[in-house]
Amino acid sequence: MPKKLRVKRLSRLTGFDYNNLLILTLFAVVSIFPIIFIINNAFKPLSELFMFPPKFFVNNPTLQNFVDLLSVMGESLVPFSRYVFNSTVVTISSVLLTIMFSSAAAFAFSKMDFFGSKFMFKLIVVSLMFSPAAVSITRYLVISKLGLIDSYAALILPQVALPVGVFLIKQFMDQLPKELLEAARMDGANEWMAFYRIVIPNVKTAVGTVMILSFQSVWADADSSTLYMISEAKKTLPYFGATLTNGLTTSVANQGASAAIALLLFVPNFIIFAIMQRSMIETMVNSGIK
Amino acid sequence: MREGTRVSRSTHIWNELKRSRTAYLFLAPFMICFIVFIVVPVFTAALLSFTSFNSIQPPKFVGLLNFKIMLTRDSVLMKYVIPNTFKFAVFVGPIGYAMQFLLAWLISQLPKRLKKVYVMAIYTPSIAGGVLISTVWVVLFSGDRLGYLNNALINLGLISQPIAWTQSASYLLGIMIFVTIWGSMGVGFLSLFAGLQNVDPTLYEAGKIDGIKNKLQELWYITLPSMKPQMLFAAVMSIVGALNAGQIGVQLSGQNPTPNYAGQLIQNHIDDYGFIRYELGYATALTFMLLVAAYSFTRLTWLVLGNEDDN
Repeated sequence: MPKKLRVKRLSRLTGFDYNNLLILTLFAVVSIFPIIFIINNAFKPLSELFMFPPKFFVNNPTLQNFVDLLSVMGESLVPFSRYVFNSTVVTISSVLLTIMFSSAAAFAFSKMDFFGSKFMFKLIVVSLMFSPAAVSITRYLVISKLGLIDSYAALILPQVALPVGVFLIKQFMDQLPKELLEAARMDGANEWMAFYRIVIPNVKTAVGTVMILSFQSVWADADSSTLYMISEAKKTLPYFGATLTNGLTTSVANQGASAAIALLLFVPNFIIFAIMQRSMIETMVNSGIK
Repeated sequence: MREGTRVSRSTHIWNELKRSRTAYLFLAPFMICFIVFIVVPVFTAALLSFTSFNSIQPPKFVGLLNFKIMLTRDSVLMKYVIPNTFKFAVFVGPIGYAMQFLLAWLISQLPKRLKKVYVMAIYTPSIAGGVLISTVWVVLFSGDRLGYLNNALINLGLISQPIAWTQSASYLLGIMIFVTIWGSMGVGFLSLFAGLQNVDPTLYEAGKIDGIKNKLQELWYITLPSMKPQMLFAAVMSIVGALNAGQIGVQLSGQNPTPNYAGQLIQNHIDDYGFIRYELGYATALTFMLLVAAYSFTRLTWLVLGNEDDN
């Protein structure tokens, strides 16, 4: 049955559809091209990286670049595994705290009536337009006054203040029918139970989306390590990646290792998005600012 | 009498607060982080912008001096940073936004099975990450004969000598704009796509009966009006992205300041004064101006896309 349908659909493609496909394929190729390039570069042996004329595709794939990555790490005295460990701890804690805190706050904004509700939510919407980079200097001052410099908290807590997370989950919760909660409250459920047992299971897609967004921003974040951390042993993987790529413009050394680390950082992001694409788009339906 | 109202008002507020107790418990963890790491830094930036502060001695109030310096004595700001930021923001903001919309719309016209693949392809660069961006583009635009772009152009006979793309004052900004738009099809793009997917199909049928002839009319009269909220969300994301993308020039050229200030954006200028020269009063004054600009542009978009009764 589905096969028949598909045939029918394809035969209904119009001239517009063909042009459209052509244009989109062009854009998609430009879009993906650099990613394909990095995948190839990550597996090129040294001789192919510096071959003249340069070749786009790898001929004799090797894992040498990934092995090099380990030895470069050795020179800076902090082993590769340490950066991976730091990144993992920081990312997991930030993501977990973010989804817990933002869904709780979203629940209050969406389903509870309290003093200051409108004002606080407006503040969150306004803050959507201030990216963390814009206030990096004063944020640094705040973090150092709190004595958080060189602690994991400096890498985690600022990331938890993700206004877009509260915003998206709240918009999604607004779509839940009132009766759902009223029934639960009538049955004597308190707010915690209503939140945990009724609302959360119904907004899983939005929570999943915020999880991805939070993961993406924390996992790729090199700036926090640069700004707030002193000990090399507490810095994260993207920070190390950035130190490798810093020299790239002037010298070609580390080109293979950079490609390898770029790929390592990219793959988890990509896999998570590929799995969650549908729920992310479902959440975005309600992302509108009304 | 007067005393009485005051008392009753304060008890009223007290009762309100007591009633809201549970809600505050739900809010507290997020709001504390939000206030400490976003609200306080924004207000501190506003306050410090009226001071002279080097992070060692306590801040000294200097009135509007920082803003005067900005307008009269900071020639780098006037000559390079503002024009660059403006050009960059116009391309990455409105033009990038239009492209996001166009691509989202084109994809939404595809047969269902293909949609997923194209959304994935267009969205992927936005999760590439800073390390991948500098690695790919620095190598592709590499200035010697080994550079992929140079090699391709030489082979095609378009240039005879390799060009140092990212070190060149005339190409850097253009490359920055290209790379940023390439990587900007993120949350905003997804939101637009979702909005397009979600337009009530009966509207289109009704439109056909009312005499809508082609896809452009359909887009203008039916699609756009029904997805204003998503368009506003995506616009906010675009503006934020355009004004705050600071690192790209430094990543591509490997220097701050960028060669001949060709890729110097407001964010680099702020970092230059804040983290390199430690003139924090002046740096926060610049930050403050950036926030004001971001806020004004967003309000403007709001006026165009929002409903009259809000805010």
